[in-house]
Amino acid sequence: MYPSRFRYEAPHSLGEAITLLRAGGEDAKVLAGGQSLVPLMKLRFASPELIVDINNVPGLDYHRADPDGTLHIGALCRHADLERSGLLKTTQPTMAAAAPLIADPIVRNRGTLVGSLCHADPQGDWASVMLALGGSVVARGPGGKRSITLADFVVGPFQNVLDPDEIAVEAVVPAAKGVRSGGYLKLERRVGDFATVGVAVAVETSGETVTRAGIALTGVGGSTIAATAAQEALVGRPLTADSIGQAAELAAQAARPRTDHRGSAEYKRHMVRMFVERILGRVDTAAERAA
Amino acid sequence: MTIVYEDRGDETAGDVPVRRIKFTVNGQKKIAEVEPRLLLSHLIRRGLGLTGTHMGCDTTNCGACTVLVDGRAVKSCTMLAVQADGHEISTVEGMATASELHPLQEGFKEEHGLQCGFCTPGMMMAAKALLDENPDPSEEEVRWALSGNLCRCTGYQNIVKSVLWAAGKLRSQSAG
Repeated sequence: MYPSRFRYEAPHSLGEAITLLRAGGEDAKVLAGGQSLVPLMKLRFASPELIVDINNVPGLDYHRADPDGTLHIGALCRHADLERSGLLKTTQPTMAAAAPLIADPIVRNRGTLVGSLCHADPQGDWASVMLALGGSVVARGPGGKRSITLADFVVGPFQNVLDPDEIAVEAVVPAAKGVRSGGYLKLERRVGDFATVGVAVAVETSGETVTRAGIALTGVGGSTIAATAAQEALVGRPLTADSIGQAAELAAQAARPRTDHRGSAEYKRHMVRMFVERILGRVDTAAERAA
Repeated sequence: MTIVYEDRGDETAGDVPVRRIKFTVNGQKKIAEVEPRLLLSHLIRRGLGLTGTHMGCDTTNCGACTVLVDGRAVKSCTMLAVQADGHEISTVEGMATASELHPLQEGFKEEHGLQCGFCTPGMMMAAKALLDENPDPSEEEVRWALSGNLCRCTGYQNIVKSVLWAAGKLRSQSAG
């Protein structure tokens, strides 16, 4: 299968890339890892007239933490870089759990986290992870930079708020104020399939008390779902079997699953409940062990 | 190198944008003129005539078209040929020498790692990327590394054995 014919530019700076996008308008697309965009173009779901390939722009393949713990992930940081990252393993349990579950190992060599957020697939794993962590996307356009929280960034299935001449240059995860724990669990029929159900949980604790909780759901609605009521049920008290059970129930209620070839709506809702319990159950155990 | 396109009557020849790229394939330097929408898999198979790289699903699922780009395994149906500019491509044809099979090829032979053989080049390239990085993988690590490659014949058992066989041979070679 071939994509439709397009013009191709591979600029060596972000400035050049933005100028090209500005000239290209609505018909221009940014190409980073290409693991979603190229298949879409081959299937002719997308037929951009101009492709601006940013792979030759230097200095975008980083992921690094500020001294305060704020994490920055550049637009060309591949899933595989995150999967192998020691930094994530020690400081970002939710991200470290999700990284090896993205697509398959070969796709992870090329695909990028920032590209995945821009693609805004309701079944994309990173969007849930970043939503649970309170993450944001930094966009650069002709007028400079702006930061957009993930909750505002994704406006619907495959839709984000970027202007045609803006490039998402990095994703940012805010520093934890307490001790960060959590995880990501995904039910998939086989490696590389889209999530039947995915659940991202990120909690921060100070002493015994949960000070912040993020719970987001993949693949059980028209877009990534923030389970806000479930989050609220956890904050301000210690994690107990009772609070975990409540959060799991509220998260299941927040899901909007549809029955399809991957499973019934009832089954998917049940799995949301189970995954929230499992992830938080592990957090609890770890805390007990430490104490 | 010439690649002939279907004339679908929807464009004039002058509108076809063509770019010149330089790259290496299996250590040999190449120059190609490609239309940006040409996929790397097509450049390899049709442009270079290296038909060991197979096209299976053409939708980024099966991994039959896996090649190495700068040593990293990539599904060549999901990368534009024009993006190979300045990079090193390795395909299954680069594995054997004139007189000797690569230990991975030998392993697939010794352990019966293929039946129809369609997925085999992709399996071997994915396995090569693994062994280049991790010369002594566990069975679990081999299975993990090959989880982006589909085989409909073998049930994977013998493929995993083949890769472990090759890992052993490569280690004994480098020790000797």
